[in-house]
Amino acid sequence: MLSRNSFIAAGMLSILLGLSACASNPKEAEPPVTRDPVGEAPTPEPVGPIPGSWEDLDQNVGSIVYFGYDQYNLTPEAQAVLARQAAWLQEYPETRIRLAGNCDERGTREYNLALGARRANAAKNFLVSQGVDPARITTISFGKERPIDPGSNEAAWSKNRNAMTTLMSSVGS
Amino acid sequence: MSGRKNFLAIMLTALALFIGGAGFSHAAAQVRIDITQGNTNPMPIAVPDYIASDPSTQGLAADLTMVVMANLERSGLFKPIDQRAYVQKLETIHEKPRFADWRLINAKILVAGEVVPLPDGRIQVNTRLWDVTANQQLASIGFKTPPENWRRSAHKVSDFIYKTITGEDGYFDTRVVFVGESGPKTNRVKRLMIMDQDGANPVPLTDGLDYDVLTPRFSPTQQQITYMALFDDRPAQVYLFNIETGEQESIGTYRGMTFAPRFSPDGQQVVMSFERGGNTEIAVMDLRTRKIRQLTNNPAIDTSPSMSPDGDYITFSSDRGGSQQIYVMNANGSNQKRITFGEGRYGTPVWSPRGDLIAFTRQYQGRFYIGVIRPDGSGERLLTESYLDEGPTWSPNGRVIMFFRENRPGGPVSLWSIDLTGKNLRRVPTPGESSDPAWSPLLN
Repeated sequence: MLSRNSFIAAGMLSILLGLSACASNPKEAEPPVTRDPVGEAPTPEPVGPIPGSWEDLDQNVGSIVYFGYDQYNLTPEAQAVLARQAAWLQEYPETRIRLAGNCDERGTREYNLALGARRANAAKNFLVSQGVDPARITTISFGKERPIDPGSNEAAWSKNRNAMTTLMSSVGS
Repeated sequence: MSGRKNFLAIMLTALALFIGGAGFSHAAAQVRIDITQGNTNPMPIAVPDYIASDPSTQGLAADLTMVVMANLERSGLFKPIDQRAYVQKLETIHEKPRFADWRLINAKILVAGEVVPLPDGRIQVNTRLWDVTANQQLASIGFKTPPENWRRSAHKVSDFIYKTITGEDGYFDTRVVFVGESGPKTNRVKRLMIMDQDGANPVPLTDGLDYDVLTPRFSPTQQQITYMALFDDRPAQVYLFNIETGEQESIGTYRGMTFAPRFSPDGQQVVMSFERGGNTEIAVMDLRTRKIRQLTNNPAIDTSPSMSPDGDYITFSSDRGGSQQIYVMNANGSNQKRITFGEGRYGTPVWSPRGDLIAFTRQYQGRFYIGVIRPDGSGERLLTESYLDEGPTWSPNGRVIMFFRENRPGGPVSLWSIDLTGKNLRRVPTPGESSDPAWSPLLN
């Protein structure tokens, strides 16, 4: 009870302080009154991406997971993103995805193609373990050929070591 | 003959160890430049303009001479003497030159040539090699060819000179396939291109619109290339490309990716990697039956296979030991043995056409190197180093290695060559950014 009383007291105090703050600026100019007969135009605001679209996946779930140097094991962060992807895929059972494995430029072309395939399949296997039908997932490797960051530094390389999820066209196509 | 022996003795200066080891016993003839040595004293050679017996071939004759000179110079084994220093002006190649005039400018060899128009519209390119020290002809050769083919004649002449002086086949009448790169790194276009070994006549073979071309390789026996096509919408596949007809066909038959192809020495098979469920193995395809045989079977990345010239062995890279290293196995997949144990990572092993060495890409502490090692794992030597050196390919005589380089982070990629001795590093001219060179066999 004591704590509750003190909470109320603190609340009262802050109200008083607030009032006094207001009172300390008595000469603040009155805002000009505008009389626009049409009224303010409503500002268009996006309501968010279309549910079930790639933009939805990208913005609300996450469409990319990252890997360590020469690694293809999934970090806890990557597993969290993929778990959300799995839930999203259950929510939109008609969607099919492609997982693209990518690598940084610090490896040979041929090895990186193989490493990219490992990354894409590591992500796929995780989704399947979460109950996603493997028939809904295709994989592809771009090796080091499709960096998303053109830089030649660790920040860029860490972005370029990834598995990216994109939506395939609708079922039956 | 005694003069010639003296000459030999002079040219074979401080003798060092054979670098290559096996395979030199046949070179008993006129080994005047020992190309197993780091050649710090290129041989002075005089190459006056080929004599045009008719004004119609004058320009061609001068151009041909320039190509021969450039080839010899770029080899690092010869030093063509500036034509302005020449004392004698040759009027004919069918009389002995005034040797004293050529000794005066320190020439060891004089290349005397002429271009003669033939009644059928072709030209004949005649060449005599004179040993200026011994006052005698070393060898001569003539080629008949259509005039528009003059460049190849120049390369043939260069190969003839190379072989006469070194005792080994040359590599000038060859071509190089490579990947022409354009556009920003995040949106690169990679086209299959072909050019002469000296960078002349570059021609795109694919347009880069529907797919990127990576890792093209020449057939050792035919005008055929194998490469990997990287698509945006389906896994990469190995293709065959016929240079003469332009025909292309996919030989990937797996659902996953097929990549890293190379021809067998007889041109009848392609060794490559295939990927299934994220795991990469090595397989060999018989091009006549299209049957595929899997050669490796483990959860590691097994890739970049390259067959020995006798067809008995395959070298490849694998990370089965924890890091990517080079292995050798029998051609049927048995007896897989690791041959590199150095720090860092080893990839892209390529067997020399001579059989004695394997070239590779090594990564170590943020730098890339091109090196060579014997198939038993001994004698590793690193030849080059930069931010990114990758993808060695051998000249058909096994004496020069071409590769691609990104000199500085983000910098342009370009083609380079280096002698097996580790000397004579040269930029190979290409029209734009270039990677993944592959050397053709000697043309016929």
